[in-house]
Amino acid sequence: MTEFFQSTFLGYGFGWFLATLLLILFIALPLMLAVAMIIYADRKIWAAMALRRGPNVVGPLGLLQSFADGLKVFLQETIVPSAANRGLFVIAPIITFTVALIVWAVIPFGAGMVLADINVGLLYILAASSLGVYGVILAGWASNSKYPFYSAIRAAAQMVSYEVSIGFILISVVLWSGTFNMSGIVEGQRGQIFGVINAYGFNPLLFPMAVMFLISALAETARAPFDLTEAESELVAGYQTEYSSMSFALYWLGEYANVILMCGLNAILFWGGYLPPFEWAPLYMVPGIFWFFGKLLFFFFVFSWIKATVPRYRYDQLMRLGWKIFLPISLFWVFLVSGYLMLTRYSA
Amino acid sequence: MSIAHLIKSFTLWEFVKAHALTLKYFFKAKATINYPYEKNPLSPRFRGEHALRRYPNGEERCIACKLCEAVCPAQAITIEAEPRDDGSRRTTRYDIDMTKCIFCGFCQEACPVDAIVEGPNFEYATETREELLYDKSKLLDNGDKWERAIAANLAADAPYR
Repeated sequence: MTEFFQSTFLGYGFGWFLATLLLILFIALPLMLAVAMIIYADRKIWAAMALRRGPNVVGPLGLLQSFADGLKVFLQETIVPSAANRGLFVIAPIITFTVALIVWAVIPFGAGMVLADINVGLLYILAASSLGVYGVILAGWASNSKYPFYSAIRAAAQMVSYEVSIGFILISVVLWSGTFNMSGIVEGQRGQIFGVINAYGFNPLLFPMAVMFLISALAETARAPFDLTEAESELVAGYQTEYSSMSFALYWLGEYANVILMCGLNAILFWGGYLPPFEWAPLYMVPGIFWFFGKLLFFFFVFSWIKATVPRYRYDQLMRLGWKIFLPISLFWVFLVSGYLMLTRYSA
Repeated sequence: MSIAHLIKSFTLWEFVKAHALTLKYFFKAKATINYPYEKNPLSPRFRGEHALRRYPNGEERCIACKLCEAVCPAQAITIEAEPRDDGSRRTTRYDIDMTKCIFCGFCQEACPVDAIVEGPNFEYATETREELLYDKSKLLDNGDKWERAIAANLAADAPYR
């Protein structure tokens, strides 16, 4: 597509610009639609596990519920509290939302279907998702209100703690695949187990990392059981308490875009991304993007499933899990994985 | 910490068990009804929105004895009465403050002529508080609207009173 635009009258530079802009829209707009539908799915799954019905009135089977909610939020008044720091207050949700979107640039949806096929894709994801914490901290600070402030402090500590062990988990994946490139990591999983199964997750050395990554991803996106940042019984609505209208909606969308992203990362890093689960020619008839989204949706189901099952952690338990269990284990595992690779792959 | 405990916690055994349980519930039949389209059956004794009934000839039943006003524990009922031109005693004012009412049913127990009753209707939410301050005409309207259901309920419950 980029070459096509560059070959027209637009020229090299402007053709590239326009093509990239279109590709961004091509990712971002369906993503917003996906977020709307995934919020609906989340509510439905949660409801089903609680023997409730969930949204079922707006549109057939309630499918339009998220759009009705979006319209409602859109029509509300944007309220900026008089004691708030106006500039930061407005910027904070924009940061969260932007960061949630830009990470998608390096996600391979299929073979070669990636906006920016950069060699440090995984580092880029780590860096960009670390920025997400600024949106939360700024919101808590700028609101000038105690509950958002508590929530922001909790969120910051939580995200930073779990990013450490996520970092080590990712390092063990990177060691195994030998590349930071997201497509490279996916391709590295081809025929991983007995030359048949396309997933790092079934590797006994990496499976514990896959489970820990799933749990850390829950903490990183502040989903139940680690949703202490919006523990409604203690903190009203957490850092979003003072937000209304579109700025609230931006948090909402950004949060779920992050959740989908983490589900996608689970699929890419450990379960073969856009590759079919088995190395069998007929499975390749299905385009890679379907495999990727199938796995992504499965992990989203797992996220909702966990939300419907596990009660919220206490804050000290959360910190204990992060620093005293996940960090030592993941550190040890990096040691283990690199030692194993040193003995086998690089010893010759 | 025993070995068994260690193995249990590292295999996330409790979590696996819990998730198996919720997955079982995921496929179970729903416990809730599809409310606006489906409704649960109501007992004939159900105490819902109030209504003032009339005799079949159209004469209002209430004789302004004020027993309901006296028995009302929430003091939600206000009655004023005067003899009518034909000499019979009737209310000139019969107000129920539905925001005070606790739906105890004492008014219909006290009524000697089955005039004030609590009908089967429970869907009368309003947008303003003032709409819940019912006056005599509103209550009589309710009576006309729900008479068939109310009469059936009273008949069904009569053998037990």
